Amino acid sequence: MVVYILDMVILVIGIYCLIAKRHLIKKIIGMVLMEYSVNLFLILIGYRHNGIAPILMPDENRVHFAQYGVDPLPQALVLTSIVIGLGTLALMAAYAMRLYEKYRTFDMSEIRRLKG
Amino acid sequence: METFFIIMLVLMIIGAIIAVETKNMLSAVIAAGVVGFGVSVLFLFLKAPDIAITQVIVEVLSLIILIRVTTKADNEAIERKIDSFANIAGLVFVGIFVGFCIWAFVDMTPFGTPLMRVSQHYLSAGLEETGAANTVAAVILDYRAYDTLGEAVVIFTSILGAFVILRSRGKKKIYEEDYVKVGIPE
Repeated sequence: MVVYILDMVILVIGIYCLIAKRHLIKKIIGMVLMEYSVNLFLILIGYRHNGIAPILMPDENRVHFAQYGVDPLPQALVLTSIVIGLGTLALMAAYAMRLYEKYRTFDMSEIRRLKG
Repeated sequence: METFFIIMLVLMIIGAIIAVETKNMLSAVIAAGVVGFGVSVLFLFLKAPDIAITQVIVEVLSLIILIRVTTKADNEAIERKIDSFANIAGLVFVGIFVGFCIWAFVDMTPFGTPLMRVSQHYLSAGLEETGAANTVAAVILDYRAYDTLGEAVVIFTSILGAFVILRSRGKKKIYEEDYVKVGIPE
């Protein structure tokens, strides 16, 4: 419970950064923080006390493995989610660079004010 | 073990606050890297080695991308006047969100005892059904292969979008060079 709440605090810091900051790179950083937090939350849900990694070693007992292995399903889905995060970060960075070339500023309120 | 998780999470929260509140953009990007590598270490201790390796690689690449964007421009802060409406709206939303989170976490199973109705079958019968010793690889490439295909499409689309956005100047340059080569006056 405490671990979940501390993880949600990181998500909330990301949301605050996304809403309140005006610098475009600060907004991207807030987005990245939210992404990390959600990935970590999904892995935290699948953790077991005294758990072992879901990789079957040759000399390992199958019953013990099935009883103590951590949840493999969120791990598999988060694995692709992390890589998708890199793709969307590259897209956001490309937009930020284009906007800077056009308006010569990263300030969102300045960009909103200019036309054309 | 849970104490170690709490210590790491507090360290990551401090890094996140520094990343949000610092004035210099380069140090903000590096402080966000603290959070990323902290997440990677936590993945390792949460018994997820595949994700820990992927997270380290992705973190290094995203630091490179963000530093490329920052050093291109002025990395001075632009918070001259404080936008009080956005600050208040953000803080109110944060409060409501934390309240709902605590309300939802009360009904969840406590930390360390996951609800594994589907995954228990993957753990106990994964080796016979797929032949893969790594259960995560079995889920990605066998049980949920269509999800992986869809996620590959998303990655391809985002990389294509970034490529198209960054490309337009190169196209114009080729056009001008062609003019010079053919000898058409401007």
